[in-house]
Amino acid sequence: TPVAAEKLGLGRTATPDEVAAWDIDVRPDGLGLPEGSGSVMDGEELYSEKCSVCHGDFGEAVGRWPVLAGGQDSLTNERPVKTIGSYWPYLSTVWDYVHRAMPFGDAQSLTDDEVYAIVAYLMYLNDLVDDDFVLSKENFLEVPLPNEANFFMDDRADGELKEFAKAEVCMSDCKDAVEITARAAIIDVTPEDAEARKAREAKYS
Amino acid sequence: MTVSFKGKKPSRRAFLKGAAAVGGTLAGAGAAHAAGDPLITEVQPWNNELGDGVDVNPYGKPSEFESHVKRRTVEWLTADPVSSINFTPLHELDGIITPNGLCFERHHGGAAHIDPAKHRLMINGLVDTPLVFTMADLMRFPRENHVYFLECAANSGMEWRGSQLNGCQFTHGMIHNVMYTGVKLKHLLEEAGVKTNGKWILPEGADASGMTRSIPIEKALDDCLVAWKMNGEALRPEQGYPLRLVVPGWEGNMWVKWLRRIEVGDEPWHHREETSKYTDLLEDGTARRFTWEMDAKSVITNPSPQAPILHGKGPTVLTGLAWSGRGTIPRVDVTIDGGKNWHEARMSGPSLDKSMHRFYFEFDWDGSDLLLQSRAHDSTGYVQPTKDELRKYRGTNSIYHNNGIQTWYVNKHGEAENVEIS
Repeated sequence: TPVAAEKLGLGRTATPDEVAAWDIDVRPDGLGLPEGSGSVMDGEELYSEKCSVCHGDFGEAVGRWPVLAGGQDSLTNERPVKTIGSYWPYLSTVWDYVHRAMPFGDAQSLTDDEVYAIVAYLMYLNDLVDDDFVLSKENFLEVPLPNEANFFMDDRADGELKEFAKAEVCMSDCKDAVEITARAAIIDVTPEDAEARKAREAKYS
Repeated sequence: MTVSFKGKKPSRRAFLKGAAAVGGTLAGAGAAHAAGDPLITEVQPWNNELGDGVDVNPYGKPSEFESHVKRRTVEWLTADPVSSINFTPLHELDGIITPNGLCFERHHGGAAHIDPAKHRLMINGLVDTPLVFTMADLMRFPRENHVYFLECAANSGMEWRGSQLNGCQFTHGMIHNVMYTGVKLKHLLEEAGVKTNGKWILPEGADASGMTRSIPIEKALDDCLVAWKMNGEALRPEQGYPLRLVVPGWEGNMWVKWLRRIEVGDEPWHHREETSKYTDLLEDGTARRFTWEMDAKSVITNPSPQAPILHGKGPTVLTGLAWSGRGTIPRVDVTIDGGKNWHEARMSGPSLDKSMHRFYFEFDWDGSDLLLQSRAHDSTGYVQPTKDELRKYRGTNSIYHNNGIQTWYVNKHGEAENVEIS
């Protein structure tokens, strides 16, 4: 939708260098990818040095840090493992995110070729390419991620919104019996706060 | 010459008390006991000692007796405290405005500290003229004030499989509601001139996470704000100082903090926060993307697990919050018997679009067990569903957008617990 309105003349024109410095985003169709390339072999070295301390040697993750590889065919399991290989729809997202935000605590420190190499290694860890693969701007779109087709646009309007827009709700004698079916106290994982309880008792008892 | 006192003057009464402690009790010295509450019959220190001067607290803080009213974290939820979440103490608040210092935080690269003189906002992409604004430039655009709730898409996400965390701060506290002051995003986009093929925008943060989300141009031109104030004062650093995006009614992740750039494009970018995260996995292994709106929701904040009934039987005030990303909340129903019977709650305070609403239900508690629930109706006619109704559509692995009805079990001692019921 074009916007036709009176301008206030505020701000100034951004220079091409300024736009280039900040406009680093990459799209699924490859728009925004810079020139460059990187191999699985180079990626393995970089990954070991810069990534494996959190994400594990094979993308399996340390502690609660994100799992990057594996989990294929687990999305219908009781506990799905959502990784680049099992869940993410687009490789461009991997490139964009590693480049803009990783390593955690040292963001935007990787060169374009280093990002290509790390992404190539992540593809290898997810069994998408062989160990002699070299990823580049030119072949970037040739290996799609397996789960792309399983995403669809928000469809709440088709089902939920219609069902939950009730003309009438029950107000009295809605059910005969009520039973407790789950209890948080049994799971017992809430942080305690005895001080807060004491402060409330002093005020309200 | 100006005379000023630094701090409190020692009072005569305090001096006498000190002397009495050495020589024996003051009461035994002959004064008759007055009948009644000594807090009334005896002069209290604050009745006769001078309080703080106006030069003591240039920026005021809550009473020391309210020090327990604070944001809380749940350590086991995330790998570290930097890309993490904390929770607003909803059970301690009333009305609809969240105090700035209590607004929950969600960072992906920590809370950045940015000098506003060094902050820039760029608009680029499919525009006639790519622009750079300073904060001073932004202050010269026409301003608007709006009260909106910001709810994390993952609010109540830990409760999909059943009752887990015991307290509305933890089950519902990834939300705040403040008045924003800022410029309509529309004005900024107009200044740059959006090209006819500009269908999406990509706001981006200046922090180390470089947060980005794709937003359709219709929403950007409708009610989005670029805000620099909350509740009248500058944004707090943890809320994006000096500049954040306000995306009314939509999931909190899209409200990009430390906003430094807005790109206009013809397609969405499918970035990490709208593919790996903020997509909702369903039971059959497919996943919803772009689930932007936050559906109608409510929670009883008192009584609740962190706010038991301490006064015993008799007149009891039940209160809570309701909100909808699709409009206002004209009505909330409340049950105290687990949904056998419902009562229309009393709404109190302003009813604003995509803002929190406050409701009350006063009842005479007979000391028997209670099963409390609230059920919000929004201005589109949508009625807040039960958790089971939601699970029918979504299973239990969708993480985000859990707006199911919450149940608190209250026992005869007034203690409340997070439960689910049949």
